Amino acid sequence: MIQAQSVGIVAPQRADFAEPLKLRSGGQLDNYHLVFETYGTLNAERSNAVLVCHALSGSHHLAGHYATDPHDIGWWDNLIGPGKPLDTRKFFVIGVNNLGGCYGSSGPNQTNPATGRLWGADFPFVTVEDWVESQARLADHLGIERFAAVVGGSLGGMQALSWSLQFPERVGHVAVIAAAPKLTAQNIAFNEVARQAILSDPEFHGGHYYEHGVVPARGLKLARMVGHITYLSDDAMAEKFGRSLRHGRNTYSYDVEFEIESYLRYQGDKFAGYFDANTYLLTTKALDYFDPAFEYGGSLPAALARASADFLVVSFTTDWRFAPERSREIVYGLLHNKRNVSYAEIDCPAGHDSFLLDDTRYHALLSAWFDRIEV
Amino acid sequence: MTAYRYDYEVITQWIEPGEKVLDLGCGDGALLKHLADVRQVQGYGVENDPDKLQASVRNGVNVIQMDLEKGLVGLEDGFFDHVIMSLSLQAMHNTQGILHEMLRVGHEAVVSFPNFGYWRHRQSILNGRMPVSESLPHQWYNTPNVRFFTIADFDVLCEMNGIAVRERLAFDEGKLVLDEPNFLASVAVYRLGRAG
Repeated sequence: MIQAQSVGIVAPQRADFAEPLKLRSGGQLDNYHLVFETYGTLNAERSNAVLVCHALSGSHHLAGHYATDPHDIGWWDNLIGPGKPLDTRKFFVIGVNNLGGCYGSSGPNQTNPATGRLWGADFPFVTVEDWVESQARLADHLGIERFAAVVGGSLGGMQALSWSLQFPERVGHVAVIAAAPKLTAQNIAFNEVARQAILSDPEFHGGHYYEHGVVPARGLKLARMVGHITYLSDDAMAEKFGRSLRHGRNTYSYDVEFEIESYLRYQGDKFAGYFDANTYLLTTKALDYFDPAFEYGGSLPAALARASADFLVVSFTTDWRFAPERSREIVYGLLHNKRNVSYAEIDCPAGHDSFLLDDTRYHALLSAWFDRIEV
Repeated sequence: MTAYRYDYEVITQWIEPGEKVLDLGCGDGALLKHLADVRQVQGYGVENDPDKLQASVRNGVNVIQMDLEKGLVGLEDGFFDHVIMSLSLQAMHNTQGILHEMLRVGHEAVVSFPNFGYWRHRQSILNGRMPVSESLPHQWYNTPNVRFFTIADFDVLCEMNGIAVRERLAFDEGKLVLDEPNFLASVAVYRLGRAG
């Protein structure tokens, strides 16, 4: 076993698609492009490809860093690389920025070829199913008929699950991590607060803020602050911040007093500095719409009957955004269809964000699972 | 993987090819792997220990993390052909609850357990020491076992709970015991169903 290493310097690639993509919303994209990164080498049989789907604020940049910025490290670098659980000596790993994203793929901050102007709010609604459809076309483009595995956490886990339903013959293994088969009313409620924060920002300009040379930073900041609360567990927040006071005493003002306020404001400001508000809106809607059981009268087992992959489902004990019970619904739905599925509930204090951490048992489990996959 | 255990042979005989099987406390998945090899079962293990769970995954066995003390919530009635619990019943608090759950989700249950009435164990107690043997390998201060019962005790419990004993085999450290099993057998393996 070698010492786990980074994949090193990486560079994004771009693929253009001229064939129109019909969308669940009824609209279509006449043409579009996707930005992606790959790590490792596609083998001669083209049987070792693993697609990693990203969550709300993620991107195609999974691992390694750019030559121009050694600090811009991929968001799942602790998982992906030589000697890491998703070992790039064995697998050819692909990360793709989803349609509607803000990291270079066709989306609100890209040019609408039909008008020559930025899409802004005119970019159509996209769903998890649309993303999977577009990812399948990227697979075609790369000459990959079947993925060894499709993997994702949170919203990425929903895409992985949807892959097994939309293209059962094109995916051998699926890992659904810290996800849910659909959002609860409470999940949608948090998303709605986030959206209202953006939509009611005076700088939003109906989603065409680019033309006004501004961004709805306050709205996006608030949205991120609300979201961030749901990513952490009560215990993790108590442990990290408790009721610690910035000035050691109450100052009776609306400036930062408690450290948690400072943390949320910092996270919100940072996020508003690089993320796109339209992408945030579109992505939270994609989360809300995801419900593969809907067209099966609400029966998840009926919806999952199409799946044929071998599954790994992972949840985290302190995740209250997508609680373990939600993962168990997926597990039992698969089990009752006699599908191969394993399920682990990782005891990790960090809440929903746990899926991004390198908890020893979590990563050991993923290693065991990836090691079993024959390519 | 763990050493092949002799109760596996008995359990295997009771499983038809292609059955749906649930193994409670599956450890590293050795029994399910065996049953998949020789009976082509669609098997699922249940384990709550993270290291054992990982071992099952590494062995290519389906394994679901669950706390058996809370029952088998989420599993449909009668889904499995057999629900197995090999040498784990004595380590559970909710004995009656899990037996009920096994026969709820399975048509039959297969249960094996160490017989505390085994003559060597009785002899040990008479000599004033808690028994330690092949079937009870732990010391009193580190044993995972929380229920101490005999074959005779278990028969009474089944009777009381409307559980039909369809078959019972008893062993003395691997050898079949036909007479006086409550005295001469160290381990018993039961095939159980719902009475009536």
